[in-house]
Amino acid sequence: MSGELSRRDALSVALLGGGAFVLGFSLPACGGGRAVMADEAARSGQFVPNAWIKVLPDGAVHFTLDRVEMGQGTTTSHVMMVAEELEVAPESIVVERADADRHYDNPELGFQITGGSTSVKASFLPLRKAAAAAREMLIGAAADSWGVPSSQCNAEGGVVVHIPSGRKAPYGTLTKLAAQRPIPNVAPKPREQCKLLGKGLNRVDTRPRVDGSGVYGIDVKVPGMLTAVILRPPAVGQKVHSVRDGAARKSPGVTHVVTLRGGGDATGGVAVVADTYWHARKGAEALLADSAVDFGPEPEDAPDSVAIGKELAERARGAGKPARLEGDFARAFGKAAKTVEAVYEAPHLAHATMEPMNCTAHVTEDRCEVWAPTQAPGLAREVAAHVAGMSRGQVQIHTTLLGGGFGRRLVQDFVAEAVELSKAIGKPVKVVWSREDDQAHDFYRPRSHHVLKGAVDAAGHPTAWFHRIVGPSIVSHVAGQWFYAMAPPWMPTFMAGLLGSSAAATFSSNVMSDDTSVEGAADLPYAIEHLRVDYREHDPGVPVGFWRGVGHSHNAFVTESFIDELAHLAGKDPYLFRRQLLGKAPRHLGVLDLAARKAGWHGPREKGLGRGIAVHEAFDSFCAQVADVSVEKGVIRVHRVVCALDCGFVVNPDVVAAQVESAVAFGLSAALKQEITLKAGRVEQTNFHTFPVLRMHEMPKVEVHLVDSREPPTGVGEPGLPPIAPAVANAIFALTGKRLRRTPLEAAWKAAT
Amino acid sequence: MAYPRGVASSFSFRVNGVERAVDVEPDTPLLWVLREQLGLTGTKFGCGMALCGACTVHLDDQPVRACMVPVREVNGKQVLTIEGLAGSRPAPEGKAPEGTPPPLHPLQQAWMEANVPQCGYCQSGQIMSALALLRAKPTPTDEDIDAVMSANICRCGTYPRIRKAIHAAAVKMRTP
Repeated sequence: MSGELSRRDALSVALLGGGAFVLGFSLPACGGGRAVMADEAARSGQFVPNAWIKVLPDGAVHFTLDRVEMGQGTTTSHVMMVAEELEVAPESIVVERADADRHYDNPELGFQITGGSTSVKASFLPLRKAAAAAREMLIGAAADSWGVPSSQCNAEGGVVVHIPSGRKAPYGTLTKLAAQRPIPNVAPKPREQCKLLGKGLNRVDTRPRVDGSGVYGIDVKVPGMLTAVILRPPAVGQKVHSVRDGAARKSPGVTHVVTLRGGGDATGGVAVVADTYWHARKGAEALLADSAVDFGPEPEDAPDSVAIGKELAERARGAGKPARLEGDFARAFGKAAKTVEAVYEAPHLAHATMEPMNCTAHVTEDRCEVWAPTQAPGLAREVAAHVAGMSRGQVQIHTTLLGGGFGRRLVQDFVAEAVELSKAIGKPVKVVWSREDDQAHDFYRPRSHHVLKGAVDAAGHPTAWFHRIVGPSIVSHVAGQWFYAMAPPWMPTFMAGLLGSSAAATFSSNVMSDDTSVEGAADLPYAIEHLRVDYREHDPGVPVGFWRGVGHSHNAFVTESFIDELAHLAGKDPYLFRRQLLGKAPRHLGVLDLAARKAGWHGPREKGLGRGIAVHEAFDSFCAQVADVSVEKGVIRVHRVVCALDCGFVVNPDVVAAQVESAVAFGLSAALKQEITLKAGRVEQTNFHTFPVLRMHEMPKVEVHLVDSREPPTGVGEPGLPPIAPAVANAIFALTGKRLRRTPLEAAWKAAT
Repeated sequence: MAYPRGVASSFSFRVNGVERAVDVEPDTPLLWVLREQLGLTGTKFGCGMALCGACTVHLDDQPVRACMVPVREVNGKQVLTIEGLAGSRPAPEGKAPEGTPPPLHPLQQAWMEANVPQCGYCQSGQIMSALALLRAKPTPTDEDIDAVMSANICRCGTYPRIRKAIHAAAVKMRTP
């Protein structure tokens, strides 16, 4: 990615520009130094060499997981890494979820969040080294107590063994001694010696998900808790002007009616608080029936999707900030043998996590306790502290299970409003969103408009490629919030907020092009001599955020469809056409070849099926997909998707395969069926009937083939998503000759036929 | 019986084999009675419009969407929720020692063996729908699975594993 700053680097540049701070991050490996470790052991008998691992005197091993579990399997992969190095059975490890604490900052991202497909990548070395060091300290403790060299000892199954004599010491008996020792710098086991890593171990945390015992945010119950429903402004740009609360107060079970200011990302609104969810809901409905809430006039420039489409197209006529410049596009295009120009569009999309947004908060005089299904405990703490008017140390964040994240729960609006409400009523309260609330108040995948121009020469080689992307910038929206959590610990919350605003302004003023808008487009891997990719920011005023795959989710659809258009322009097979251009991209080529081979690309096609291919790099992993698609009586059906993924070292192949299946399903729902449209500032798709999700009978057969790689592990949660939309669109073209240039493809097909 | 609207009345019904009684307004959905009055949070809220299936329970042995069943329709009937599945079949070798968690239902066992759940939020509903399917069709075809299970949404895309687990559970349930 030449010339591109990563998201984190870009934010740190802005910070440095703003006031010469150093954005360091500390590895949690050395909790508090030797004295602290020895004191802890003397006090409790526990061996706590770092912020992750604890060995108790009864031999139990407790692991503090500093990632959130939203189904992507981090619990299992991280338990495996600890079990491997610490030499204990994975099922014996007790997993605790980390509180918000700077020790748990994600080293890839600079603060405590789970996202960006970074979990295993970021933990792979530090966590394994920490577990290996703990093991060596336990071995050393046993060896010393026996008066033998450590080299004669082994650890296995939570026991240190002196091999020559057979003497054994379970870990629990060694905790105090181990805690006296210096923490060594130990390399993790080489691949060949790993017993667990690389195997498809069963997930360790499945039981609570099949027996109903798992506690998601929406299931939390604390003593004295009330439940609230919030009536939010229906249109973007509105807020509460006044409310007559009589109808709600008369409703059974209602205890409070409170107007929330909101602010930051929280919309504000009228909170109806009651003893149960249903009572709160009925109370809120009573207010609506009584027309009791005045949200003010209809905003003049309320976002409207038809108007937005025209604005984006208009904006595309002017040059954008260059994201990639090679050769001389204009000249090459001007003298080309054959050219093609196209406009592609990708709509706003909702996250639609199965568990609607919710948060429980209890604010007292001097403490704020929060239970939330959040992807960003560190950010949640900063936001809660800000809203409660407290210091970080007074705030405790409990992360529950998440019923899906996909990037939605990176924004802490749902935490802010629960904290504001609890503070106002002086009681613990759980705010529960309905599906309609969730649909209407998301931070959507940005809508984008793309202009493409391409050329091939007389021999059918592509010579020129132009791609202009027009749309809102996610970073401009989130930079403000993220500063809270990334700021050095000594910085007061209000100052972090100020810097956050200035960072956001830095991006808006186009100092650099927004990584999240051009990723997957600026780093086009194909060897095309004359390239121009640029980005023109346009913010139509719709809240946007990180949606699974982020910029790749639309840029892969566009680039992998357009390269296909060039292939057809050149009269070449789309797979072979791509092959020729990936000479300098061996990992792209690797997955492309693997997918094509496993799918039998050159083999006979079943009648009525079109076949399409796509390859894309996202979050440092490489994924290629071949889709077999039929179109009958206007119904697009994907029969089979063959996937090849290169994500470096595979910690657990079954978990990785599940993530690819998941990304295909999630991506296919969007590719075929989903769009968010706004009219007069209101989102039109209110529930699953108008924002449909792929169902069992529509799910294709998915084959996942993993490249056996020596590279360190890279992203898994998202990279399986970007190729699905273009693979399907390319298959439709192969079958029907119709090129669909926008998603959802079902709507595009209807419009084209 | 006609219950006055907006006024709490007494309703009683069996949940997972145990007689329960609640005082709530008659139009309170069974979903919220289970979750709040009875503390059984395994049944989930996903859409409130019977579109997603996350709230699926059995009412007198029939699968229903609890978010749209008013509690007055449940009076005197039997409800089975996800919490009632474990331990619901006789243990293969007599009673297990005190303190052992109840044995999982073959469906739950199959779900675990196939590593079905990801976020897991939809899975209570999926399992309850699958149970209804297997009771009606002990040896379901893929088309049978499509027909019934297409009523349950999974945002994490676990459909292929659900299908595999249903086939595996069918075998387990046929084997005495």
